Amino acid sequence: MDNMPWLTLLMVVPLAGSIAVAALPSRSSALARPVALGVALLTLVIGVVAAATSFTRGSDQQFQMVEQHEWIPQLGVSYSLGVDGIALSLILMALVLMPICLLAAWDDVPEGGGREKGYFALLLLLLPFMVGVFAATDVFLFYVFFEAMLIPVYFLIGMYGGERRQAAAVKFLLFSLAGGLIMLVGVIALYLQGPGGSDGFLLERLTGLDIGGSTERWLFVAFFIAFAIKAPMWPVHTWLPDAATAARPAVATLLVGVLDKVGTFGMIRFCLQLFPEASRWATPVVITLAVISVLYGAILAIGQRDMMRLIAFTSISHFGFIVMGIFAFTSVSQAGSNLYMVNHGFATAALFLIAGMLVARRGSKRIDDYGGWQRATPVLAGSFLVAGLATLSLPGLSTFVSEFLVIAGTWSRYPVATAFAVWGVVLAAIYILLMYKRIFTGPPPILETDEGGGPALSSDMESSVMVSSDTDRDYLSADLDEERRPLRLTAPLRDLGLREKLVVAPILAILIGLGFFPQPVLETLNPAVERTLQIVGATDTTPSVPADAGSTSGSDH
Amino acid sequence: MLTDLAWLLVALPLLGAALLLLGGRLTDSFGPLLATALSWGSFLVGAAIFVSMLGSDPGERASSIELWNWVPAGSIDVMAGLLVDPLSMAFVLLVTFVGSLIHVYSLGYMEHDPDKRRFFAYLNLFVASMLLLVLADSYLLLFVGWEGVGLASWLLIGFWNHNPAYATAANKAFIVNRIGDVGLLLAMSIMLATFGTLDFAAVDGGVAGAGEGTLTAIGLLLLLAACGKSAQFPLQSWLGDAMAGPTPVSALIHAATMVTAGIYLVVRSHAIFEGAPNAQLAVVIVGAITLVYGAIVGCAKDDMKKALAASTMSQIGYMMLAAGLGPVGYAFAIFHLITHGFFKAGMFLGAGSVMHGMDNQVDMRRFGGLSTAMKITWVTFGLGWLAILGVPPFSGFWSKDKIIEAAFVGEGWRPWVFGLTALIGAGITAFYMSRLFFMTFHGKKRWTEDVHPHESPLTMTIPMMVLAVGSAFLGLVLATVAPIGTWLEPVFGHVEHHEPVLPVPVLMAATLIVVAIGGVWAWLTYGRDEVPVVAPEGSALTRAARRDLYQDELNATLLQWPGLALTRGLVSVDADGIDGAGVGGLARWTERSSSWLRGAQNGYARTYALTMLSGVVVFLAALWVIN
Repeated sequence: MDNMPWLTLLMVVPLAGSIAVAALPSRSSALARPVALGVALLTLVIGVVAAATSFTRGSDQQFQMVEQHEWIPQLGVSYSLGVDGIALSLILMALVLMPICLLAAWDDVPEGGGREKGYFALLLLLLPFMVGVFAATDVFLFYVFFEAMLIPVYFLIGMYGGERRQAAAVKFLLFSLAGGLIMLVGVIALYLQGPGGSDGFLLERLTGLDIGGSTERWLFVAFFIAFAIKAPMWPVHTWLPDAATAARPAVATLLVGVLDKVGTFGMIRFCLQLFPEASRWATPVVITLAVISVLYGAILAIGQRDMMRLIAFTSISHFGFIVMGIFAFTSVSQAGSNLYMVNHGFATAALFLIAGMLVARRGSKRIDDYGGWQRATPVLAGSFLVAGLATLSLPGLSTFVSEFLVIAGTWSRYPVATAFAVWGVVLAAIYILLMYKRIFTGPPPILETDEGGGPALSSDMESSVMVSSDTDRDYLSADLDEERRPLRLTAPLRDLGLREKLVVAPILAILIGLGFFPQPVLETLNPAVERTLQIVGATDTTPSVPADAGSTSGSDH
Repeated sequence: MLTDLAWLLVALPLLGAALLLLGGRLTDSFGPLLATALSWGSFLVGAAIFVSMLGSDPGERASSIELWNWVPAGSIDVMAGLLVDPLSMAFVLLVTFVGSLIHVYSLGYMEHDPDKRRFFAYLNLFVASMLLLVLADSYLLLFVGWEGVGLASWLLIGFWNHNPAYATAANKAFIVNRIGDVGLLLAMSIMLATFGTLDFAAVDGGVAGAGEGTLTAIGLLLLLAACGKSAQFPLQSWLGDAMAGPTPVSALIHAATMVTAGIYLVVRSHAIFEGAPNAQLAVVIVGAITLVYGAIVGCAKDDMKKALAASTMSQIGYMMLAAGLGPVGYAFAIFHLITHGFFKAGMFLGAGSVMHGMDNQVDMRRFGGLSTAMKITWVTFGLGWLAILGVPPFSGFWSKDKIIEAAFVGEGWRPWVFGLTALIGAGITAFYMSRLFFMTFHGKKRWTEDVHPHESPLTMTIPMMVLAVGSAFLGLVLATVAPIGTWLEPVFGHVEHHEPVLPVPVLMAATLIVVAIGGVWAWLTYGRDEVPVVAPEGSALTRAARRDLYQDELNATLLQWPGLALTRGLVSVDADGIDGAGVGGLARWTERSSSWLRGAQNGYARTYALTMLSGVVVFLAALWVIN
């Protein structure tokens, strides 16, 4: 099956599905959800078959499943696809997450209004872009996917989001467009540096150009800024918390868990591969920004009272770790970063989606609107706990392996930076456990049954009561005094239903499974990491003791 | 080979935890019994492996079992494997035996708790993690068990987390432990950079080639980790609060097993510490400080469980001190760890039995005269009390006395400082443990009106009796009949006998004298004299000790309040500064003027240009500032 255009197929199937869902006649709009889910599952099956049959781990080619056709020869643009281990892992992660997210989004939009068609069509439309952006091996094609995927996300946030969705969507768009525009300048300038011709945008034509000097540095900067915004890194992170809060949990999951990975993926694929010298030049700055991101994101997460914003800030912290590992240029740290990208996708998905289940029950994203839920909803609490433990990288869960590899791999070259970043581990325990405590522990909620003149708790009253104490100061200090009154609810709390269990179970199984058996993913990533390091010209640090006692363990800066 | 089945040790209780947690209410009826059975199953496997090891030559008792290729990443390749050797087997037997007894005890203690199944699931999870911790053959796999026991501890401290204070106590334990974990993470990072491996055997083999500075750094970082897990100074603050957990948990996790994991880590890394004398000295100092610290705190606590917790801290201080003394101390550290595991678990179970009979009260000023109401508890607790005092021939005498002797070995100032600290500590221990014993079981009844103390059911008292037998005789057995030093020799090597700076009989006599003084003093104050129901104000030291020598106030001042201020500051900076004035400000400005931007054909292009400019400026500024 070597000649199958797998990657194109992975884009065409969901694209066709998306169009079909959108084109459903309004009387059969109830089909939108099952059709979308079916298409997503079919795409996943195709992806798994493709990976099993047409991808060899030890291949000497950089890219496999290659497809290459002329597209706009006048401009040097080709339709060129291919994956290495890094791209394949990310694509598979996206393929797995999509049906889970569709299932989680099942009740986001009221049935029968006709709006669910658009919602599910847009969600499904993300798939071809996610595949394309990771599989593109033509720089211009990559740019097209990079920009085009903004469109469905913009509408998903702006039309189907929650409070302040318009503002958040515009902010997201502006940040992304700004980054994209800078990159466009870089893309064109890069083409001019290359050999040109009808396939001048091909990655292979632009690799190893040896541009050098300030030109290469400027090009690096142009690409890096776009990726840093996307990732996102401090200080261009501010769009993410807004977007993640305004978006539906499923959209936030795909945005933070998958689409943002384009940032860190782009750093590896384009910054490192195309501008190796400039990458080494920029390393001190990038590592510093990464360490700041780790700590800043974690501290900000501790201070959030909106659980979706909190989760968004944890991601900023985690992206800091990923970037740090990429730019430490050791095989251990980069393997860690790549694995981190996959694990973070699942861990964040778990956290966002389960938080979404809380919000669906309580109608509030505010952490202090909860309390004592463990006894009312034990399965929900347990699932949230595992998701939280994955986020704080508890050993035994997959995230630990990647975080450890990043820390240990970076240490061998940048011990000082590592010694700062490692405190993110402690901060992670604080933000996760505080959130868990505030939501799930304390006196269990009391059911208010008075039908008569008593003040039945309406949502309006609730929010007005909350606003009166609405200062972050109170929220943070609330932890210090133990006074806690039981929550009063008007309807009994349901624990997870079957659909929700189907959402949660596969993610948690993956988090635990990859914690003990990360080997298949790591062995898929290792050759790609090795190649990246070769291109950058970085040599691994060697242990000082076993081979030759004379050399010291390595700092080469 | 029987040792190839060692994975069952971990797998059985893990299976129990998984079944009980995933099975949900379906397993409510038989879950607790199943968990108990699986824990005993683990003990039987351990005992069988132990017997088969006895049959082989001492030099060939260590075997490693490779399980699977765990983390093959770039230049490293970590296998998941188990190391079965005399040291890990000593822990396996302790953990599974005491752990299984406490499962049995919990059947009675937790009988009426609606969440009994979840409790047993967590207990099984703990046993599995603890066994993984001691059986792992590399630091990385050890770390999985290390955090696994931390998780189990968090779950169990917060088991009754409908009380917010308990939930806070659980979080405190986890977070303080995470500070220690940073030490272990960095230690592993240095090991990878230096030796390229995390395997115990390979690291030990590489130590000779490494510089002393590197080894000292690794040693100190490992010590930090050990301080967190074993509640040693300065990371001791969580243990007292951890008494929020159900009492069987305090007995198993926060007395007998988990808190001794730090000792395990230090002695397991003995090769590293032997190459780093300064790190070794730090271990001894930490142990000495903690043993006095815990003892002082223990003298002032009126909460029975908190007094026992302070005692645990102090006793682990003894073990830590011994572990830092080098080869003369390792075996004694483990010896005391095992005897302590028995007598302290026994006493905690006794405390649980007292609470069971006294409506969950813990204030010893409201106890008194319980020896008549709860005879079994009184006798079993009494044996534990004699053991911890070090009265011959009970268990503690054999193990603690050895540590005091070992502390007096050496040259210069050290034997005098550390030896005398250990000696005086024994006296204080005698005082506060006797105070606890007399306040609870003797003197006048000071009960509140509504309590009717009664003896606990057999499911609870039988484990107490078994542990009491251990408290009485285990020391004697392990010192004479089946010497533990010989058993551990393949791990630590043969130790030459060293003479302390004072003759051994003198030290023994001195120890017995200070113990007698402490005990008699406690009797005069708390046994013969009347104990006031309301605590007198007390001296400045007493007041400080009641508040754990102001550890929480210190942590709040140094860490919590600055951290809170920093968080508040950054939250507002992020909202107003970075997002308001900086990057986001431009975006917001464009957002505000989006109406006319939308109308204008070229509006977005301006936005592009503006935002692009701001991004570039920020990035370049960062570049220049940092380069």
